[in-house]
Amino acid sequence: MIHSLFLINASGDIFLEKHWKSVVSRSVCDYFFEALERATEPENVPPVIPTPHHFLINVLRHRIYFVAVIQSEVPPLFVIEFLHRVVDTFQDYFGVCTEAAIKDNVVVVYELLEEMLDNGFPLATESNILKELIKPPTILRTVVNTITGSTNVGEQLPTGQLSVVPWRRTGVKYTNNEAYFDVVEEIDAIIDKSGSTITAEIQGVVDACVKLTGMPDLTLSFMNPRLLDDVSFHPCVRFKRWEAERILSFIPPDGNFRLLSYHVSSQNLVAIPVYVKHNISFREGSSQGRFELTLGPKQTMGKAVESVLVSSQLPRGVLNANLNPSQGTYTFDPVTKLLSWDVGKINPQKLPSLKGSMSLQTGASKPDENPTINIQFKIQQLAISGLKVNRLDMYGEKYKPFKGIKYMTKAGKFQVRT
Amino acid sequence: MSASSAFSDDKAGSASEPEYGHDPASGGIFSSDYKRHDDLKEMLDSNKDSLKLEAMKRIVAMIARGKNTSDLFPAVVKNVACKNIEVKKLVYVYLVRYAEEQQDLALLSISTFQRGLKDPNQLIRASALRVLSSIRVTIIVPIMMLAIKEAASDMSPYVRKTAAHAIPKLHSLDPEQKDQLIEVIEKLLADKTTLVAGSVVMAFEEVCPDRIDLIHKNYRKLCNLLIDVEEWGQVVIINMLTRYARTQFLNPNINESLLEDSSEKAFYASDDEEDEDKKAEAAALVKRKPYVMDPDHRLLLRNTKPLLQSRNAAVVMAVAQLYFHLAPKAEVGIIAKALVRLMRSHSEVQYVVLQNVATMTIKRRGMFEPYLKSFYIRSTDPTQIKILKLEVLTNLANETNISTILREFQTYIKSMDKDFVAASIQAIGRCATNIGEVRDTCLNGLVQLLSNRDELVVAESVVVIKKLLQMQPEQHSDIIKHMAKLIDNIQVPMARASILWLIGEYCEHVPKIAPDVLRKMAKTFTNEEDIVKLQIINLAAKLYLTNSKQTKLLTQYVLNLAKYDQNYDIRDRARFIRQLIVPTDKSGALSKYAKKLFLALKPAPVLESPFKDRDHFQLGSLSHLLNAKAGGYQELPEWPESAPDPSVRNVEIPDWSKCTSRKDRKEKKLDKPFYSDSEGDSGPTESADSESDSGSGSESASASDESGSGSESEESGEETESEKEEEDEEKEKKRKKRLDKTKAKKPAEESAESEQSSGTEDRKRGRKAVKNQKSSSESESESESSESEDESEEESEEESESDTNIRKKKTPVSKQPPKQSKKESKKETQEMSLLDLDDFEPTPTSAPVTPVNFLSSSLVSDLEGLSLTDTILAPTTIAPSGSIKMYELLHRITGEGLAVEYCFSRQPFSPDPNMVAVQIQFTNNTNSETKNLHIEEPRLQSGMRIREFAEIEVLAAGESVTVVMGIDFCDSTQAANFQLCTHTRKFFVSIQPPVGELMTPVFLTENDFKKEQGKLMGMNEISEKLTLGEKCVNEHVIVERVTATANLSRVPCGSDKECRFAGKTVSSGCLVLVTVTTKEGGRAQLTVNCEKMVIGTMLVKDIMQALSQ
Repeated sequence: MIHSLFLINASGDIFLEKHWKSVVSRSVCDYFFEALERATEPENVPPVIPTPHHFLINVLRHRIYFVAVIQSEVPPLFVIEFLHRVVDTFQDYFGVCTEAAIKDNVVVVYELLEEMLDNGFPLATESNILKELIKPPTILRTVVNTITGSTNVGEQLPTGQLSVVPWRRTGVKYTNNEAYFDVVEEIDAIIDKSGSTITAEIQGVVDACVKLTGMPDLTLSFMNPRLLDDVSFHPCVRFKRWEAERILSFIPPDGNFRLLSYHVSSQNLVAIPVYVKHNISFREGSSQGRFELTLGPKQTMGKAVESVLVSSQLPRGVLNANLNPSQGTYTFDPVTKLLSWDVGKINPQKLPSLKGSMSLQTGASKPDENPTINIQFKIQQLAISGLKVNRLDMYGEKYKPFKGIKYMTKAGKFQVRT
Repeated sequence: MSASSAFSDDKAGSASEPEYGHDPASGGIFSSDYKRHDDLKEMLDSNKDSLKLEAMKRIVAMIARGKNTSDLFPAVVKNVACKNIEVKKLVYVYLVRYAEEQQDLALLSISTFQRGLKDPNQLIRASALRVLSSIRVTIIVPIMMLAIKEAASDMSPYVRKTAAHAIPKLHSLDPEQKDQLIEVIEKLLADKTTLVAGSVVMAFEEVCPDRIDLIHKNYRKLCNLLIDVEEWGQVVIINMLTRYARTQFLNPNINESLLEDSSEKAFYASDDEEDEDKKAEAAALVKRKPYVMDPDHRLLLRNTKPLLQSRNAAVVMAVAQLYFHLAPKAEVGIIAKALVRLMRSHSEVQYVVLQNVATMTIKRRGMFEPYLKSFYIRSTDPTQIKILKLEVLTNLANETNISTILREFQTYIKSMDKDFVAASIQAIGRCATNIGEVRDTCLNGLVQLLSNRDELVVAESVVVIKKLLQMQPEQHSDIIKHMAKLIDNIQVPMARASILWLIGEYCEHVPKIAPDVLRKMAKTFTNEEDIVKLQIINLAAKLYLTNSKQTKLLTQYVLNLAKYDQNYDIRDRARFIRQLIVPTDKSGALSKYAKKLFLALKPAPVLESPFKDRDHFQLGSLSHLLNAKAGGYQELPEWPESAPDPSVRNVEIPDWSKCTSRKDRKEKKLDKPFYSDSEGDSGPTESADSESDSGSGSESASASDESGSGSESEESGEETESEKEEEDEEKEKKRKKRLDKTKAKKPAEESAESEQSSGTEDRKRGRKAVKNQKSSSESESESESSESEDESEEESEEESESDTNIRKKKTPVSKQPPKQSKKESKKETQEMSLLDLDDFEPTPTSAPVTPVNFLSSSLVSDLEGLSLTDTILAPTTIAPSGSIKMYELLHRITGEGLAVEYCFSRQPFSPDPNMVAVQIQFTNNTNSETKNLHIEEPRLQSGMRIREFAEIEVLAAGESVTVVMGIDFCDSTQAANFQLCTHTRKFFVSIQPPVGELMTPVFLTENDFKKEQGKLMGMNEISEKLTLGEKCVNEHVIVERVTATANLSRVPCGSDKECRFAGKTVSSGCLVLVTVTTKEGGRAQLTVNCEKMVIGTMLVKDIMQALSQ
């Protein structure tokens, strides 16, 4: 399956290689570099690149290309999904997944890669199992290890590996038993010129941070489970129970994990929490363009819209923008033509606006493209779909855990066309 | 970069070994590379683990950066037996990386792995096998083969999984082993654990994907296990089952597909074709039979459906393609939602999913129509995603949604991404050709684009308009005129060529403009691109034919220019056309037809999706993505005309009990020669063979039987052994010859060593090795029997019933394959020679381990396998009489005369009520007394405790003594490992309790029982249906069986249809409630309520087995 893995940074250096079968020369990456050169944007590199003897499958995350070399037929998603899992694992272990972090922990990285694949086939990808095999590096442990000479490598087969709940390790102990759930919803929307919604959908996830002793068995029920149109679960969730009763019943992994992601059916009307008034125009013959943008809250269920960030890719002909924000700060990058405006919180009494002029190349005709406006925002304590957790119960253990649930709504891919 | 170096500087400052200073990742010491390796060597040779570790870390860091560190190979390999597990792992990493390059030196490490293969710790066994199989050194193929075979019957599923992983490795190293490997695959396919399933199917796919017959018997099991298999395994299994189903079941759409086809075709095809189709369809309808889906087909669809909810995109895609290829049309729709969900994922995932959706939308458009809006394009999407989405949108366009789609396309044209704009224009063109109603609207829209400022947009529009105009040129002469004007401005060659072609083709519609255009073109001819030149010639020719008066001279001029062009294509074309159109004296017959040739009515082009017909590749595969066959791609077979026999998949469990003896014996016949091969070692003489066989047969029988009959048969066993030893001495000579052969290949130092060893020594070693071999084969055959539990049930029953019978039956068996055994034994000797060479090669670092010690420890670990497997067998072998079962802890041969057996006495352990009482019986079979029997160094799972028995000071020869010890298993069936020590020796032993022994009876009334049961509902209740075995005729037998399996007490009950039992777990005191409800026809329902789910599940399994016997 997966023959080799090369990690390539943004400047095109191969800074790590790992082979699971015979060694594949790094010159195979030349094909990748060719594709990279051909692509105008870094994300436009085709995920699968055929070469005479191999196929290169790559993913781009954190400005690092993870290039897997394969030799024969294998479902491409299999490799892509695995590579993403590798990145997630690195992130889990080192906090960040950057070139520096990987280089600093190269030995742990190597040990991880060794455990994650055997002969190119995934062996252990579950974070709980990996952490028993290879302990994540922490400052304390590094100190202890250097003093005592003990190692980061587990000597026993992780208990999870053989049990019916491979995602959970046994013998978990906490003094404070707590279980937190974050319901995070993202609105994906396209709003057209006139302000009407072309498409809008809600994607949600329930992320959990469970720190409970022993083998707790949790059930989580929703007030309105019918809202959930399409769901995907962490393997720990008992599917039958969901089918029958619409209750999430599971033995949780230890630590952070994504319990559930869901999609709220597009038949339901999606509340759009912000509106945008815009007027971006260029006059024929003049080297000036007008730019006006006003944001306002709409259908926010009384909650404040926070951390608003507006960005827009202005046409290539724009040389500079001279704008005046009523609040927040804006930047315009004359090279990439990216305008971004950090608005902050929207005050309904005094709507934030950004007005001013854009200077164009003299002599050039007016650009006929219309920029789209991308908006990011957050609304705390609100799940825009109206999803509500009913209750969380624990069985199988005797103590009383501390439970917490947090809601949040965010903008996903929220675009306004002009 | 600067950040990283800063960080590493930091680290170097705080490094533990300042004298060796620098972090490997920090650059700048390349100049002293050579010297650095020297100090690495020094560090590796040191005694301190921390130094070794530091060195290995640096080396691994160098490997990671792609630096060559092969010169360190000898220094690193020495550390392969290092005690420190992290050093060991890093050495493994190094070894796997460089072994292929330094094959000879790599052999030095083999013995360590062979030792590791016998380690009691399953993780070590597994990693030894992993590394051994990852070293790509051809010379160790036989060792690998042996190791894989052994590991395939290991009791730890993790090790078996590793064995499955090793199969493709060995296959790629030496494809000649295929047949043997297939045997192993076949065996592992029968494995019932989810851990193994994924890996073995992966091995199957790599080694023998065409051996679909191996799947039959395992098909239903795989379907049922699927949901519990780890996600990567699921992908592989689903893909394989898709192929399997295509060969075994009938097309569920056999009737609809005909209808669908015709309607699809009608869309593109002309009317008369449709008529033909209808006829064909009618004919087919006559032939068709009512379709009934095979229940196995249904099973597959049903069991894969929940996996659409997986978080793993690859699993979802695998299920989606399975449904697409296998499900009835009405059911395929469910995959759309899941696939649309994946589009939220990373852009690479989107890319692959969209490719597949694009293919699906061509065949099953309706499926994705409700999700049309999910494919709308955002300006932030990468271009490749945009283009794919566009493709999908185009495929989804139909009369009803075209207006919304076109409106959407209009906004795309204003995008800043020019490649995407070009693709959008093409998409509009395709919509226009496919949907007649909007053709004019599209055309008008495109014409408007002609005045766009961006040349690329204009050019693309021209190309598309050209294609559209071909469909109905008469009505569009203004558009052609408009385009003729554009020729002055447009520079894109393709667009210019398109315009010229249009004018030429429809010159009759624009009679005034056309010659003028030719005039302009003649002027610029020399500066044009090649495709434009060709079109100019083309235009000239057509005008000459229709309007020769005005254009004759121009045409001559153009042709003359072309005659001297640099491009030979253009020269050729000019010559050809001149001959054809200009009348000369010897003009051929063809020139008469020139007009027909040039101005023939050309069929309008069909604008097709590039994804059409891609579905002949299995969706989700790499080949589909690339639209080209990748190496190792397995074609998706066409549906069979008539279904193959479905009964091949039948594995009827109830049947087993009926035809036990026959089937079982057949199994044995098949198995026996395979496992008796090490006994077959004693040579080709059949008599010897049968003797040793019978000996071992009785031995294994005694092992699982009650202690009584043991001593006799063991003696006979020993006799044969001694005979064998004599024979072995003869064989030693043969072996030495072989040795000499292999020696030649081996490095010098090694051969020197083996030469040193004198003949007698060699013999001794040989003998020991044989012993070793033999005992391991014993454990192998036993653990094999435990593996397939149904099998072992029968076996054990038979053994207890008719011991002698078996012996009779076994003897002919061993005669059966004389050829094969010869072959095997040959191979065996070869392997052996390698084996003992490596085994006894004193590696420099492992000096303290003397050969004697090693041998004994390996024997002990063999023994451990024995005793462990035995306990696993236990629940099934409990005799119906209810007597307490004895287990062997230490065999008297391996214990050097000391035999130890134990049983679970089911008495409360008085010193600690949370412990299970284990009664241990020591028997001293030697002639001298054994002293100071005691327990040492328990290695226990966390939470487990042991209460040792008081030391036995003296055990006189021939006597036996019984003691009781307590073990708190913490309500798990993990084994308790400890050392049993005498005054001279130490033995590693382990006790693994059957789940039924982890509980004590509790007395409850019926009401209490019901009340407690009410509290343990839901999650804590496990209920299974079963069919009672033949002998479970009445209540009495059921009670007996249940209480024999688990230490429970019966709860009084009013109904005779129900038996209830209650108990609690020993260490935590959780209630265990068991209910057996009998129904008509030997059917029954078993319910276990227990808070500890693991205990509950295991108990259900055990009781089910006991009852279905």
